[in-house]
Amino acid sequence: MTYSPPPIVPAGMTPPAEPLMTPPAAPPAASPGPPAPLEFVLNGESAVYAGRGDARLLDVLRDVFRLTSVKCGCREGECGACAVIFNDRLVNSCLVPAGMVALGSVTTLEGFRETERFAVLDRAYARFSAVQCGFCIPGMVLASEALLRRNPRPSPAEIREGLSGNLCRCTGYNAIVEAVTLASKEGEGLW
Amino acid sequence: MAPHPISEPVVKKDHDLKMSGRALYAADHYPEGLLFAAALRSPHARARILKVTPPELPPGHIYADHRDIPGPNEIPIVNCDTPVLAVDAVQYVGEPILVMAGPDERAVRKLLSRVRVDYEVLEPELDVKTAGTTYCDYNFGRGDVDKAMAEADKTYDEEFETFYQEQAYIEPQGLVVRWEEGKIIARGSMQCPYYVHEALVHAFALPEDKVRVVQDVTGGGFGGKEDFPSNLACLAALCAMKAGGRPVGLFLGRAEDMECSTKRHPSVSRYRAAVKNGRLTALDIDVVFNAGAYTTLTGVVLLRGVASCVGVYKVDNLRVRGRGVKTNTVPCGAYRGFGAPQTVFAVEMFMGHIAGDLGLDPLDFKIAHLAAQGDLTSTSGRYHHPVPLPAMIEDAVKNSGYREKRELCKRQDGRLRRGVGLSLWFHGAGFAGTGERDFIKARVRLVKSADGRVEALASNTDIGQGLKTTFAKIVAHELGIPLDRVTACSPDTDRCPNSGPTVASRSIMTVGELFRRAAVKLREGWADGVEQVFEDDYVQPDYIIPYDYDRCRGDAYATYSWAACVVELEVDLLTGVHRVLGVWGCFDAGTPVDRTILTGQMEGGLLQGIGYSSMEQMKYDRAGRIRNKTFSDYLIPTAMDVPLIKVTLHVEKFPEGPYGAKGAGELPLPGVPAAYLSALEQAMGGIPVRHAPFSAEETLAAVMEAGK
Ligand code: FES
Ligand code: FES
Repeated sequence: MTYSPPPIVPAGMTPPAEPLMTPPAAPPAASPGPPAPLEFVLNGESAVYAGRGDARLLDVLRDVFRLTSVKCGCREGECGACAVIFNDRLVNSCLVPAGMVALGSVTTLEGFRETERFAVLDRAYARFSAVQCGFCIPGMVLASEALLRRNPRPSPAEIREGLSGNLCRCTGYNAIVEAVTLASKEGEGLW
Repeated sequence: MAPHPISEPVVKKDHDLKMSGRALYAADHYPEGLLFAAALRSPHARARILKVTPPELPPGHIYADHRDIPGPNEIPIVNCDTPVLAVDAVQYVGEPILVMAGPDERAVRKLLSRVRVDYEVLEPELDVKTAGTTYCDYNFGRGDVDKAMAEADKTYDEEFETFYQEQAYIEPQGLVVRWEEGKIIARGSMQCPYYVHEALVHAFALPEDKVRVVQDVTGGGFGGKEDFPSNLACLAALCAMKAGGRPVGLFLGRAEDMECSTKRHPSVSRYRAAVKNGRLTALDIDVVFNAGAYTTLTGVVLLRGVASCVGVYKVDNLRVRGRGVKTNTVPCGAYRGFGAPQTVFAVEMFMGHIAGDLGLDPLDFKIAHLAAQGDLTSTSGRYHHPVPLPAMIEDAVKNSGYREKRELCKRQDGRLRRGVGLSLWFHGAGFAGTGERDFIKARVRLVKSADGRVEALASNTDIGQGLKTTFAKIVAHELGIPLDRVTACSPDTDRCPNSGPTVASRSIMTVGELFRRAAVKLREGWADGVEQVFEDDYVQPDYIIPYDYDRCRGDAYATYSWAACVVELEVDLLTGVHRVLGVWGCFDAGTPVDRTILTGQMEGGLLQGIGYSSMEQMKYDRAGRIRNKTFSDYLIPTAMDVPLIKVTLHVEKFPEGPYGAKGAGELPLPGVPAAYLSALEQAMGGIPVRHAPFSAEETLAAVMEAGK
């Protein structure tokens, strides 16, 4: 177990056709000069960001847009607490340079919580008391959504694989896996 | 027996806030004018500080060192030997020397890197076996060990070692402090607001009402946020003192958190045993815990270590020595299990090894020596209540198929080998000794408003274990009112009584019972339409055999929670890699105040125990540095690492706990490494394992050496 692979593509599994996460971004380049304002879609609405393009998306979402559901657990792409959905893919926002989201679409829990699919996940997580300290939960919920979008009826093993980029120290994951299993049943047709 | 109605699961009180991402943790507030503080920390394990030359301070920045501390330069954590900031020497890598703050965190760190410190580097003390300073030394026993050894058919002598474990809460430590009209207000991620309160009162020489500490929603603690937030609060408060009313935030990055905050004590335990006619007649145990540079919680952690060192067994002749020694390494502290995991690992492996030598299955040898109600504990107190292990063992054995699998695994060949292991343990429930009565003196308060809503006030924090829900459930149940009419507060030292720290699995058992009794008073005195306040204070049950701290004798705990665990795994002999196939745990924490919450606690703790068995490797190097301090080189289990965790609950009611509940939070962890590693021993064809965690690399090396 010491050889546990990076959480993106667990060893012994074929990588999914479409990668779950973008590859880690190169370290920010030297200051790129005064940035042009950058437009993107944030939680379904158009947004403009005028800061540096090499800032971490995590910091921009939190510090500029005050979307504090996006959590910082490590700043190095390991814990998944900062996960957001970018153009239909789950990404660790701490590794995404803000400049990359130009013209794209970013969804955080603040946006996703308004959906019917969230309501289904919400009930399922509640049912199993899958939320303990809650710090991993925004990332975990978006990872659940990303997984169910790709695979609406995942097996428990597929759920474990799909959530393996999101660390939770509290739950032992059982309750979360059960919650996603239940959500996939109750949310029939939504994903 | 029908389950108690209170065990019925409910939707957790804080579910909506956390699930929707609306819960605000320490770093989520963005108060106006926030400054960021960071500490300059020692790169050396031991050195004299000759001279500190700070860079010129840009406007709007703050610099503080030990000379700025208004009161004593001490953080009270049991003792007062931990300085807030180093004065003329540093004792471990990561010790804070000075602190700076400013509006931009990165600029502050850059500024810190320009501080020049001249050190005279000294040889650090890093080896517990040769360490010269002993912080605590416990000696106790009974019977005649030497005689039993002399008369034995056979004696055994083994040494066991355990290394660090990092709590690895996903929310790093952090808090925000500001001064407002001569009063310090600190809020942040923490387990014990009154510890932080005490530290600030002490170091800033303030009256108690001039310090207010508020707990924010906290992203996990597991012991790691018991005493350490006091250090951070003092550092932030020093900057805040000079910030003219602006709030100062101190948030640790993951690497700084892993390197500088407390972790589980490494240990070395020597176990000797006498066996006569197939029975264990004596144990002679010498335990050494590596305290790190300062005493912090070592005395109490070690107390639990030695109180747990004979495991769940009965032994007539016993000699125990336990020492906590100083090394020039980061001070160790509390981590779920608090001293017990180290000795439970040793005694469980040792019992297994003796059994193997006698040609017995470890389980049969263990069953033959189980303690029962009325027997003496290690410290010669009593197991006052029934010991339900036989039924629990049956449950774990049946669910896991232990016996059949153990038999099957005896005959195997090929590259992939399986093994199955079992361990048994207890968790001494609540605070050690007479601590509740003598030091904690817990108090709770219920405030009923005129419209019939009830607020439960205590200083115990919900750090994920569900206290906001379980406290409210107890009060609502006792009052016979709907759960949505009762709320449990977020601790705030300005308005919550001190019900003691959130440690030692005491919150439900001890504080929950106070709430139940306060609720009884409220129910009996209930008057509609008016505000009412009822309190309750801790009273020690009278069956307790008083604990004598000097002689380590008496009831170390009021009662015990029990556990039986089976781990099955597979080892690849060519690579050494382990794959866990299943974990089965049967736990008795008395009546569950909420079955789902309790099960979640057990599952989470089991998985932390799996991490501590193998993958969670953390040691210091020859310069006393911890090299792996990120989640890419300190690995904690992901959802894929253990495909099957099965928890069952056994209920042995504790008459003094609310509806029969007893200590739970720490219960699931301590014995897991022994179950895991005895499974590994079997898979490796009987190669003995004597340290934890045990890595894949070590597995490969052991297998190659044995020529398997
Ligand atoms: S904060 Fe981005 S993965 Fe941990
Ligand atoms: S609930 Fe605490 S880290 Fe997942």
